[in-house]
Amino acid sequence: MAPARSRRPVARVVDARLDQLVAASDVVLTCGAGGVGKTSVAAALAATAAAQLDAKVLVLTVDPAKRLATAMGLSGFGNTETVVGREAFAAAGVQPRGELWAAMLDTKASWDELVGRHAPDEATRDAILANPLYRNLTSTFVQSHDYIAMERLHEIHASGRYDLVVVDTPPSSHAIDFLDAPARMAEFFASRLLRWLIAPYRSRLANLASKPFQAVADRLLGASFLADIAEFFLLFQSMYDGFVERAKSVEQTLRDPTTSFLVVTTLEAGPVQEATFFCEELGRRGLRLGALVCNRTLPAGLGDPAARTLADQWQRHPEQAAAVVPTGADDGPPRAGADPQERERLVQVFATMGQSFIDYAMLAAREAELAGRIAPLAERRVVIAQLDHDIAELGHLLELGRSMWPS
Amino acid sequence: MGLLDRRLLFVTGKGGVGKTTVSAALARCAVAGGRRVLLCQADGAGSLAAAFDVPPAGFDPVEIEPGLHLMAMDTEASLREYLKLHLRLPLGGRLGPLATVFDFVAGAAPGVKEILSVGKIAYEVRERHYDLVVVDAPASGHVISQLAAPQGIRELVAVGLIRNETEWMGDLLADPEVTAAVLVATPEEMPVTETLELLGRIRSETEVSVAAIVVNRVLPELFNRREAALFDRLAEPGDWRSELVRHNGDAVHHVLEAAALATRLRRSRAAHLARLRDAAPDVAQVYLPFLFARPHGTRAVQLLADALSAELD
Ligand SMILES: Nc1ncnc2c1ncn2[C@@H]1O[C@H](COP(=O)(O)OP(=O)(O)OP(=O)(O)O)[C@@H](O)[C@H]1O
Ligand SMILES: [Mg+2]
Repeated sequence: MAPARSRRPVARVVDARLDQLVAASDVVLTCGAGGVGKTSVAAALAATAAAQLDAKVLVLTVDPAKRLATAMGLSGFGNTETVVGREAFAAAGVQPRGELWAAMLDTKASWDELVGRHAPDEATRDAILANPLYRNLTSTFVQSHDYIAMERLHEIHASGRYDLVVVDTPPSSHAIDFLDAPARMAEFFASRLLRWLIAPYRSRLANLASKPFQAVADRLLGASFLADIAEFFLLFQSMYDGFVERAKSVEQTLRDPTTSFLVVTTLEAGPVQEATFFCEELGRRGLRLGALVCNRTLPAGLGDPAARTLADQWQRHPEQAAAVVPTGADDGPPRAGADPQERERLVQVFATMGQSFIDYAMLAAREAELAGRIAPLAERRVVIAQLDHDIAELGHLLELGRSMWPS
Repeated sequence: MGLLDRRLLFVTGKGGVGKTTVSAALARCAVAGGRRVLLCQADGAGSLAAAFDVPPAGFDPVEIEPGLHLMAMDTEASLREYLKLHLRLPLGGRLGPLATVFDFVAGAAPGVKEILSVGKIAYEVRERHYDLVVVDAPASGHVISQLAAPQGIRELVAVGLIRNETEWMGDLLADPEVTAAVLVATPEEMPVTETLELLGRIRSETEVSVAAIVVNRVLPELFNRREAALFDRLAEPGDWRSELVRHNGDAVHHVLEAAALATRLRRSRAAHLARLRDAAPDVAQVYLPFLFARPHGTRAVQLLADALSAELD
């Protein structure tokens, strides 16, 4: 790495706040690569909005961990929406103006509910729920997780139960998948392939052109398995109209001017690459990028050139650095100079501090470089510092929220 | 038995923890031990190739270094190869409509895509084309459906060629002398929690044994206890700190604060390491250092391979 570059001061991206964005939004979705802190950012924003505004706020999360529940003073929360008690806020020394609610996405339960809603009759519903493929299918096919998250969001949004819904999007191999989920679901039900697959079993009149393929498929998988699949989709097909219509309204919700996306990233190569892709993709689709959130950033002091020079000195000549420390005569324990072993240790401490600063400065320099690269992606950028502790209580979420909200 | 004495390793873990880097490092270790290794990128993205600074590989393995072969999984190519081997189908290059049908069935029927991908890998192991196959496997949830594919298919598919294949594949995956999973974690809250969940799921939902947890990105310990006492005294407001500032200026604050942050980060991570150790005492745990300088590319892979072989000895 060129020294000139690593000594450049850390570029601070715009220190924007999210209060205005929240004021203009009904729905905020956080998205980004896995592990960048999407869930925490979503929860922190919701908690802060509930604390600051006279509003009923829901955070809808896919986070499977109990951690967040604990942080909110809940013993756990599932598919049903649960209110966060005022005592949890009180413990953080905050008197909330609004209400904070939390719910988790339970894919299986939500699918069952959806099938119940769209099945033409009870017999079909029961047949679908009992099909051996169904359980596996709901967890694997057409990004069912993504779809169900968007479906749930739409349902909550349409109900008008909340002033603000903050959604933590599911981790998918491509962060963008969930945006396509409604369209893909509609397309899936409309596909000719599905019709083709079902046709021979339905009419017992095999399409001639498809016969060779049918034959190979039969040899590989056995005709009865294909029949199972066909039966399942035949049942599913009965819900076609309902699903397609629904998928369209779900997409509408995402396009609504009161819906915004928060792209969350850490300043590391992989997440930044995904965030870049995501921001561009939002633009291409005409969706609203509310802000770019750079989470877990290192302190700006790591980019200070004078500090770097000092760290270099300490690392190279720790004994000179240690010599500055008052010795012998000072009366406070431990007597750094009195004991040669102690002096030795002090020298080691300076060497370690120097090395550690150099190490972290290198990380900070990479962060600065990446921050510069993503700066043009969004007008509003929020920087959240790396916390040196875990998020274990509501107070910690509110602490995180302070970086996003004017105090 | 040693981790690298097995013949098939699935490297998995939460997204972004370092599965690809660790797969590459494991492969390097094995090659250094004189073994012929196939590295397989299971999810199709070219990240393994990037770890070796080579262009992305395809379905046909390429020898990227002496003894080290790289391939990327492609279920359609796997199906084509299978059909060619077993059905002697005159397919030519044109899998066309069949592929579309397969894509559809595979998308709809759980386990079909997975069996094609695990099938290819297991085939390479069975035929002993390599001494060791290292799979850069999909992240957490997804890997379960891959490792459990043979059972899954057995339950759903009563007859047919694919079902017949599941017998030997299942046996191969279930043999702890042959196959094992390696879980990659980082010493942070969510990665540790997810690693423990994944461990539980692999044990209850698959027949594959877990050989080791590789804890990646472990931050260095700055100070021992006595040094820490000295550091605390330097860092807190007082005569030592003011003397330092008098000699070196305000830059002192930045350096001290950086060391304090490094210490606190290390401490909060140590707690997660302990949690992982306590919750999985029966699984070998290997620690790999956090790389501050250039953490990607061949150089990083070599550094981690060195650290691995030191730990595995
Ligand atoms: N020991 C380490 N120290 C520092 N950085 C590391 C270390 N190991 C990996 N990294 C970095 O972390 C990032 C993620 O690593 P990698 O791509 O190996 O993870 P992965 O688990 O394969 O991710 P994905 O889930 O996206 O496939 C990369 O930028 C890599 O350079
Ligand atoms: Mg990878």
